[in-house]
Amino acid sequence: MKKLLFLAVFALTTAVTYAGGYRVSLQGQRALAMGHTGVAVVNSAELGFFNPAGLVYLENKLNVSVGGFGVFSDVVYQNVETGDFARTDSGVGTPLYLYASYKVTDWLTAGLSVYTPYGSSVEWEDDWAGSHLVNNIDLAAIYIQPLLSLKLNEYFSVGGGPIYVTGSVNFNRNLNRTLTDIDGNRAEVTVDASGVSNWGWSASAMFSPTEDLRIGFNYRSEIILEAKDGDADFENIPNSPLTPFEDTQFDAELPLPAELAVGFSYEFCDKWLFAFDYNMTFWSVYESLDLDFANPNIPDSQNARMYEDSSIYRFGLQYETNDMFTLRAGYYFDESPVQDGYFAPETPRNDSNNFTAGLSVNVNERFAIDASFLYSRFKEIDASYDFYFENGQAVPFSGTYKSSAFVPGIGITYKL
Amino acid sequence: MKNYIKYLPFLALGVISCEPELDNPVDEVGFYSNGETDFSNFVALGNSLTAGYADGALYITGQENSYPNIMAQQFAKVQETQLFTQPLVNDNAGGLLLAGNQITANRFVLAVGANGSPRPQIYTGMQPTTDIANVLSGPFSNMGVPGAKSFHLVTPGYGDVSGVPVGTANPYFVRFATSPSSTILADAAAQNPSFFSVFIGNNDVLSFATSGGVGVDQTGNLDPSTYGMNDITDPQVFASVYSTIVNTMVGTGADGALVNLPDVTSIPFFTTVPNNALVLDAATAANLTGFFQAVAGIFAQGAIQQGVDPAVAQALAAQYALTFSAGPNRFLIDVPVSQTNPLGFRQMTEDELLVLTIDQAALAQGYGSVVLTPEVLQVLGILQTGGQPTPEQAQLVLAAVSGVDDKDALDKDELSAISTAQASYNATIKALAQANGLAFVDARATLAQVANGGIPFDGGVVTSQFVTGGGFSLDGVHPTPRGYALVANTIIDAINATYNSTVPKVNIGAYGTVTLSNDVQ
Repeated sequence: MKKLLFLAVFALTTAVTYAGGYRVSLQGQRALAMGHTGVAVVNSAELGFFNPAGLVYLENKLNVSVGGFGVFSDVVYQNVETGDFARTDSGVGTPLYLYASYKVTDWLTAGLSVYTPYGSSVEWEDDWAGSHLVNNIDLAAIYIQPLLSLKLNEYFSVGGGPIYVTGSVNFNRNLNRTLTDIDGNRAEVTVDASGVSNWGWSASAMFSPTEDLRIGFNYRSEIILEAKDGDADFENIPNSPLTPFEDTQFDAELPLPAELAVGFSYEFCDKWLFAFDYNMTFWSVYESLDLDFANPNIPDSQNARMYEDSSIYRFGLQYETNDMFTLRAGYYFDESPVQDGYFAPETPRNDSNNFTAGLSVNVNERFAIDASFLYSRFKEIDASYDFYFENGQAVPFSGTYKSSAFVPGIGITYKL
Repeated sequence: MKNYIKYLPFLALGVISCEPELDNPVDEVGFYSNGETDFSNFVALGNSLTAGYADGALYITGQENSYPNIMAQQFAKVQETQLFTQPLVNDNAGGLLLAGNQITANRFVLAVGANGSPRPQIYTGMQPTTDIANVLSGPFSNMGVPGAKSFHLVTPGYGDVSGVPVGTANPYFVRFATSPSSTILADAAAQNPSFFSVFIGNNDVLSFATSGGVGVDQTGNLDPSTYGMNDITDPQVFASVYSTIVNTMVGTGADGALVNLPDVTSIPFFTTVPNNALVLDAATAANLTGFFQAVAGIFAQGAIQQGVDPAVAQALAAQYALTFSAGPNRFLIDVPVSQTNPLGFRQMTEDELLVLTIDQAALAQGYGSVVLTPEVLQVLGILQTGGQPTPEQAQLVLAAVSGVDDKDALDKDELSAISTAQASYNATIKALAQANGLAFVDARATLAQVANGGIPFDGGVVTSQFVTGGGFSLDGVHPTPRGYALVANTIIDAINATYNSTVPKVNIGAYGTVTLSNDVQ
């Protein structure tokens, strides 16, 4: 009971976060419950995301983990100078995952992973104070990855495989702060592209120098989603040669940055496991969101982003209460990739402290129910986006933001 | 499973705390202060500027961007307020109907002509649908009535539809007067406002000004019922009416703000067509100079023939020997024929103004200078070769002079009458604000800033440059939404200073300027 209390305190005083940019760190119930650590934790097919090299150490022939999350994430904005106030109403995001591994031989395991590491859904009230930057955005990317995991010797294994990504984006903003049609409806553009696909890869290694200590490494490549001939739909455009906006196609590139994870896990006192992961997301690839409209009369849209590479520090703890229950808790600190002056309300994320907890209920030897939750705590921040231009003059959009995210999740683990 | 259930409260806790909350949210009562006043029931009195009139008409989006409506939205961020109601018209075309017949023109929009250059034109994208016979059931918080002069606020019958055709009633007030015999002031006071604003008196000089001064300066005439539409209101009448308005509104227990009157002659209606837009090349300038030498000569000769002392005749003729140079030259205006100016024209002086509505095509054809017909040129040829024109031919030359009509210009006497009246009205407004402890709003200073260099905002500078400056709509008289937002901020500043309130101002960059449309004929 004392131990249980300890765990509860740990869960309350530590945190897990929701990732910066449009990275969504929700790739497994067991991992999330432990602060989304996992590069060196061997306990389920979730390794198919966190470290494919570890799959070969799973004891069972067949391992399947499947689950999903409900993301309740919202942002408030205000400007005390003008009294402008806005709150997102973003609905519930539902990232899903599926991992399966099959032990082919003692030294070779094959696997298949499907997961959604990038995405964003932000919905502001139409025509809010920042509507010239974004009204709403919905970004989704599904990663599908066949895997091989190879045990080179008792201490060392490697893994990896190609990644196929298919993504979609839908984005709406007003053309500027003031343009309307004759009836005062704000001129707006919606860009929509779906079925945008590309290839990437990941490679990983795991080193197990002792029975209790594992060290892991995983690298997932950058993938650029290149939208070609997406639909750009202009609405409420005045009937005037001065505003030559009409429906057209657009090209755009959205980078899904590379990510590096290194970490270790350590088993102690028989039933305890501690894990630490360090993640580096190579966000600096995201310099600008540029929309290139096919119609030559429509000026292209350039939106500076200038993200910086960012780090995440993750800590997790697991306690096996008994055969039936395993309890987990964790914390991570997630550094925002957004620099000062580039705080755009379509991904309004600053540094966050994140607290996680969860448990597994082993219904029987083969089947377990996993649950987790994440609470992301963002500090209130005064921020601005300084790279919106009107007639060549920069018009910063500034104010005070506060975000929060609460993410419950549930999944199952099946082994055979 | 029992063990599992005890974690449910944690989940519930998480769900509840999921909404992000700011430490000091602006949408919580108490963030901003109403100070020593009460904005809960705000009523605005005034004319077209208060109504949100723009682009030569009253239309819905203009009304939505009226300064009282902008202020009311800001007041609502400070405290619980009653809904601010406005007598919205039916559409965004703007014209009014009376029993199905259109009685006022549609709005202007900025249209691009075939030559690619944008200019204001009347919007014809839809038929107007606002029939003033459909009386709205008020009262309304926005009591702004386009066209109203100060004394109209206390004139019974100003909202009586039967008076519209004969000019004793106002079609805009007809739409929402509580009864045909009521007055604007009575309808405003009956709402028992907690706070009011008064912005009235512009039309008491403006219609005189926009008519080019064809009206009468009624200073000294204390009976406004005898005034014509384009007359200047006697300052005593103004003071008396304004004092009645303020006393009545203060008498309801309300606080308020009084807005003084901007200089009507600094609006684009008078500053867009320069009085020296007669741009000539050297040859044309020399021709014109020669022409006026001929005029002077013909006049002197005629005068002497009629028995005028040659010295006097030469002296009088000298004023007509105008000289022109290459580049910009000032236009001529017609003035009353007098002993000192027997031909009744002269060149404009530096500060005199032309109206926006002057026929610019005619200016290019000689209006404002000389209409040189072949017949006139022939007479000039005779003169140049030392010949003697017949009296008929001489008359042709004099008749070729085409001074700008009185209705198209404000001369120095008219400007002086306007300026004197405005100064008196503004002295009244300031004195009444001080005497009653009301906020005094110096809109005159704000507009002066807009007209002289402009007012910077986050996306540029608002100026009174016609079409492009951002401050004035396409009628050259009334502000754009951005201009109205600037007025709202000016009033809010004065209110905050007077009542120790902290009403937030708006970002004028978020308000639009002129409306684009090629739905024109």
